[in-house]
Amino acid sequence: MIDALNTYARKVPVWVIYLIGGAYPFWLLWLGLSGGLGVDPAKAMEHALGERALQLLILGLAITPLRKLVGLNLIKFRRGIGVTAFYLVLSHLLVWLVLDVQLLDQIWADILKRPYITIGMLGFVLMIPLAITSNNWSVRRLGKQWRVLHKLTYGVSLLGGLHFVMLAKGFQWEPLLYLGSVVLLLMIRLKGIPSVRTRSRA
Amino acid sequence: GLATLAGGKAQASELEPNSWEEIISYNNFYEFGTGKGDPAQHAHRLTTSPWTVTIDGMVDRPGDYKFDEIMAAMTIEERIYRFRCVEAWSMVIPWNGFELKDLLDLAGVQESAKYVAFETLYRPEEMVGQRFGTLDWPYVEGLRLDEAMHPLTLMATGIYGKTIPNQNGAPLRLVVPWKYGFKSIKSIVKITLTDKQPPTSWNKALGREYGFYSNVNPEVDHPRWSQATERRIGGGLFAKRIPTLMFNGYEKEVASLYEGMDLRRFY
Repeated sequence: MIDALNTYARKVPVWVIYLIGGAYPFWLLWLGLSGGLGVDPAKAMEHALGERALQLLILGLAITPLRKLVGLNLIKFRRGIGVTAFYLVLSHLLVWLVLDVQLLDQIWADILKRPYITIGMLGFVLMIPLAITSNNWSVRRLGKQWRVLHKLTYGVSLLGGLHFVMLAKGFQWEPLLYLGSVVLLLMIRLKGIPSVRTRSRA
Repeated sequence: GLATLAGGKAQASELEPNSWEEIISYNNFYEFGTGKGDPAQHAHRLTTSPWTVTIDGMVDRPGDYKFDEIMAAMTIEERIYRFRCVEAWSMVIPWNGFELKDLLDLAGVQESAKYVAFETLYRPEEMVGQRFGTLDWPYVEGLRLDEAMHPLTLMATGIYGKTIPNQNGAPLRLVVPWKYGFKSIKSIVKITLTDKQPPTSWNKALGREYGFYSNVNPEVDHPRWSQATERRIGGGLFAKRIPTLMFNGYEKEVASLYEGMDLRRFY
């Protein structure tokens, strides 16, 4: 089963992720304009983009454990997933700025005054160096430092999960499940993940 | 017949009501889930007939009042009110209903009463959101007696001349147009007259963010967002935010209720 999935994954080109991810905000925009996002389209768009980005961050964190624990190799998709997550966070931020809050003076006040926005913003800022160095040249150029730098994804994912939990009203399970997934995926890294990769391929 | 409010200034004629579809598809009613579309999806399971409202506490005629008996005794009128959610979105809704004062008079409020406490139905088999601990169920709300007796304070039983849909709080709900929407408690089964300020659900859950009064006030921010402006539902993706009005535009009618009070402290 895992072998079949690996074979299948080998056949899927990476550009598929960029294509789907790249089109997604425009698909939402079209839905929003044609009434497909309900009566509060700006909020629906903002939420969909944020949630999708968080899902991609979690997927990105799951790739190494999946490879080591069950032998599923999706590593070639990881850069695409990370870059797409950044792109969706950027879109989420733009929708918030342009369609939701609208007033520039209020935006600065919000960033400084409201902790859940401060935290979301910090997560976005930390993603910038990661997005900039997500190319082969940077990987070669930075060498070991690249691996250290890209551990920032751990912090980014935690901030993203926290941002969602903090904006929920009342006690809600959904944001806690996202944050819980992030914490779980980080905790299993603490001990070092035992590798089962060397299973027979027959 | 649909009579109009005597002090008609409150329902400024330039108010363009939201569509029926908008009003019944976008709701906060956590008893049916936390998503805005959840109430429309799940509320059909709620049985609203027979329905009884228990009125007790400091009243001359406490007891269980059957919904049909209440309706027979009340005069239904139309009120077009602004509706401002604490989440900074708003609508304009043409309610049908009667003044809460008339219902309280039916029960006979005693001199000692200072507050009115309200309670929503608790029936998790029909209200699926009550199976989760989102809030401490049943939902409870409260008003000061003078707020409850104010002529703007309505018990709504309809929208656009039709029976109020379940997701909007059938068969009867409170509407206090100068307060944030969560004060307007839905599907009421109990009304208690008391001399102590009653607990309210959102205040119990997050007291720092939701006060007992919760009057619409553009100058007092919610800790997590500004209340200075709002998004009027129905304007589409590129709708401009509009300024939020003091007491949601009902300042002339209700400001005197709060004279001398520090509205930052009593938020």
